[in-house]
Amino acid sequence: MGNTADKKIITIEPVTRLEGEAKISIHLNDDGNVENAYFQTVELRGFEKFCQGRPVEEMPRIVTRVCGVCPGPHHTASGKAVDAVYNVAIPPAARMIREVFYLAHILHSHIAHFYVLAGPDFVVGPDADPTTRNILGVIEKLGLDIGKEVIKHRGFSQRIQEIIAGKATHGVCNLPGGVSKPLTAEHRAEIEHMARSLLEFCKFSITLADDVLINNHRNRELILNDTYAHKTYYAGTVDENNHVNFYDGTVRVVTPEGKEYVRFSPGDYLDHIAEHVEPWSYLKFPYLKNVGWNGFTEGVESGIYRVNSLARLNAADGLATPLAHEAYEKMYDALGGKPSHYTLAFNYARVVEMMHAAERLVELAGDKEILDDNVRTIPTATPSEGVGSVEAPRGTLYHHYWTDENGMVEKVNLLVATGQNNGPMNLSIAKAAGNLIKNFDVKQGLLNMVEMAFRAYDPCLACATHMLPGRMPLEVTIFDSRKNLFKTLKR
Amino acid sequence: MEKPKKAKLAVIRGSTCEGCGVALLDLNEKILDLVAVADIVYWALGLDFKHGDLEAMEAHELDICIHHGSIRTSEHEHLARLLREKSKVMVAFGACSCFGGIPGLCNVTTREGIFREVYKDTASTINDGFVTPRTSVTSNGNKLTLPGLKEQGLMLSDVVDVDYYVPGCPPTTNLIEQLIPLIGRFIETQELPPKGTYIAPDKNLCDECPLERKHVIIDKVVRPHQIIPEPDRCLLEQGILCMGPATRAGCGARCPGVLMPCRGCMGPTPGITDQGAKMLSAVASILGLNNEQNRTDEEVDRLMDQVIDPLGTFYRFTLPQATISKTYQEKGKK
Repeated sequence: MGNTADKKIITIEPVTRLEGEAKISIHLNDDGNVENAYFQTVELRGFEKFCQGRPVEEMPRIVTRVCGVCPGPHHTASGKAVDAVYNVAIPPAARMIREVFYLAHILHSHIAHFYVLAGPDFVVGPDADPTTRNILGVIEKLGLDIGKEVIKHRGFSQRIQEIIAGKATHGVCNLPGGVSKPLTAEHRAEIEHMARSLLEFCKFSITLADDVLINNHRNRELILNDTYAHKTYYAGTVDENNHVNFYDGTVRVVTPEGKEYVRFSPGDYLDHIAEHVEPWSYLKFPYLKNVGWNGFTEGVESGIYRVNSLARLNAADGLATPLAHEAYEKMYDALGGKPSHYTLAFNYARVVEMMHAAERLVELAGDKEILDDNVRTIPTATPSEGVGSVEAPRGTLYHHYWTDENGMVEKVNLLVATGQNNGPMNLSIAKAAGNLIKNFDVKQGLLNMVEMAFRAYDPCLACATHMLPGRMPLEVTIFDSRKNLFKTLKR
Repeated sequence: MEKPKKAKLAVIRGSTCEGCGVALLDLNEKILDLVAVADIVYWALGLDFKHGDLEAMEAHELDICIHHGSIRTSEHEHLARLLREKSKVMVAFGACSCFGGIPGLCNVTTREGIFREVYKDTASTINDGFVTPRTSVTSNGNKLTLPGLKEQGLMLSDVVDVDYYVPGCPPTTNLIEQLIPLIGRFIETQELPPKGTYIAPDKNLCDECPLERKHVIIDKVVRPHQIIPEPDRCLLEQGILCMGPATRAGCGARCPGVLMPCRGCMGPTPGITDQGAKMLSAVASILGLNNEQNRTDEEVDRLMDQVIDPLGTFYRFTLPQATISKTYQEKGKK
C-alpha cells in the first residue's frame, strides 16, 4: 500500500472505460474511508435540441430512440403529450389499445430484469462463482423448462407490442388523437391467449420470489441490511383510489415517513420538480422543487426522491387487482412495514407489479369493447403545449412539448425515470462503498455489492445491464493521489 | 470427435439506445443457432471481458465484429478503430451504425447548442451559473473525467472500413437470422459475400408493402394525424408522405402494415447514398412536378410548401450519411 496520507481514488467502470455509458468513482479520505462517490453518466445525445423544428405528430416515432430497452414508455408518454398539444380526447378503444401495448411493455421489462439481471444474485447467490452467476446459472438452478418459460413469456410480451405497434422495439402506433389501426378480432384473441399464459407465469414468479427473496434467510438478511437502505421521498402515479396505475393518473409523493406530501396532475410537474446540474455527469439530477436541492443527502430535508417499483408501491395505498394486492401485502409484512426504504426490495416489488400488469392485461384483452373500429379522433384545436406522462418500468416519465400554431416543435423537455433516480443511485453507491471500505481495507465482494446497490434501480443508461448472460464486467482501479496504480480488482 | 469450428464473434457498441441489443435477444430460441456457429467472445453488455484483453489480441484474431450505435464521443471512435484492427470482418449493425440514425439529427445543431438547451434552457433546469459537464473537473477536491462529445454524429464508415451492413432501427429478426448461415459458411469455407453487401433485399420498400398502389398523381399533402386513411391503400397516394420509394426493403413494411408511413430506417434504396435526394425526386414525381402535368411555378411552390420539415423527414435516419453533412465535414476539415 502507498502512503496512507495520500488521497485514494477508486474507479469502477462498468464494462471498462471504453464501453460504458456510466462509471463509478469512489474517493477515500486520509483515513481510508469513503469521502465521496460518483455515479457518472458519460454520454449525451441531445433530443431536447434536435427535436426542435420537427412536426409534433412525429415525436412519438422519434423519442422512442431515447431508449431501445424502454421505447414503450417513451412512445406512450409521447402519444399522450401530442394528444395534449392538440387538446384532443382519444376514443375509448384507442385508450384500451394503448394500455394493452403498455402493460405488455411493463411485463417485458420486469421479466427481463427479474430473471436475467437481478435473478442471478438471489437465485444463484451474491457470492457464487461469477461464471455461474448469470442467467445460465439461474437456468441451471431452476431447470431448463423454467428457462424456456422465461424466453417464451418475454417473447409473448414482445409479440403483443408488435401486433399493436408494428414493431416491439420502436413501435409506431401512437399519433395525436389515438392509434393508427383498430385491433382485429383475431389479434385480440391471440393477445388474450398470451395474456392468460403470462398471468400463470406471473403466479409462478411470485412463488419463486417468495422462495428466494422472503423465505431464504440469507437473501432476506441482505435485503433488510442497512447498507442498502435510504429514507427518501417516493413518487408514483395513482388512480382515484390511490392504487398504482402505470398508464394514467395523478402523481403522488409521500414523505420518508410515508405521509402524503403532495399530489399533482402530471401537467403541473414544473411546479413540483426541478433539475440540478453537476459538471461531472451528462445526466441531470431532478429533485422536489419545494423541498429544494440540498446535495446528495437523504431524509425529509433533502429534495431527493425515488421512483421505480418499490417507490411506486410506497407512494400508493395498494393495487387494484386481487393477486397483486395480496402479494403487495405479503411483501410489506416481510419488509416490516411501509414505506420500505430497502433498495434491494425493488426486486420483489417488480414481481408484484408484474402480477398487476398481467391481471390488468387479461381484463383488457378480454373486453370486446377494445374491438371498436373508432380509434382515431381528428384533432381540430390549434396546437400549443402539452405534457404526457406514464409510469415507465423504472419510474415516472414526463414528456413536455411546445409547438407553434402549425404544430412544429419549438421546445421539448424530457424528465426520464433513471434521471429521477440519479441522485439516489449516487447515495446508494456511496453508502454501500462506505460500509464495505474501512481504513483502506477494500472488502472482497466490493464489486458485486456495489453493483447490486445500483442494479436494483434497473438504471436505463442505454441499459448497460439488460443482456444475456446479464453480468457487467467490472473493474476497480485504485490510485493514490499521485496517480500511481495502487491496486486493481477485476471480475 | 473433432469439435466443430466456430467463429470468434464480438458485439460492440457506440452511441446507442441499445435497441439493437434487444433485437439480438429477440432471436429468442434462435440465439442457440447463433451460438452453434459462433463463440460470442465479447458482448459489451453480457460477458466478462475487458478492453485490455481486446487490446492484447493479435490483429484479425476476431472473425466477426458486430458494431451497433453511431460514433458520438472520442471513446466510441477509439473502440471502433481497435475492433477494426482485431477483426477480419466488420459489420455495421442497425441504422445508427450504417447511416447515423435518429441521433444523427444532432447534426442540425452544434455541441454548444445542445449544451445550452439541455443544461440551461429546458423548463425544469435550475442552473443559474450555467454549469455544464466537462471532460475534466474537480469536485470537492476530487478529480473526475468524462469523455468529450464530438461536434457531429458520425456513422461507423466515417471512422473505419466497413465490410457489411445490416440496416433497420432496429434490424428485424428475419434479417438477423440471415447472418447465422453466413457466419457458418465463412467458418467452413472462408467464403464471404462481396464487400459492401447489405444483409437485406436489393429492392425498395414499396415492393414488399401490403398496401395497394394505383399509380396516381396527388394534389395535396396531408400530415398523418389529419386524415383517417383507407386501410388497404398506399399512404403516399392518399397524401401522407411515406419514405417507401426511397427506402430499402427487408423489414416487411411493418410501419405501413399498421397504417403508419415509413420513415426510412432501412436506409436508401440500393445504389443511392443520399436518401433525402432520392425521396425529393419521388415526391416531385407523385406531385406531378416532372413536367407531364404542366404545373405553373405558383403551383409548384404551393405543392412543395406542403412538404413540412423535409430535412427531419427525408433524412430521419441518414443525416450523417447525407451529402449536406459530408460537405459540412469537409468544410470543417479545411
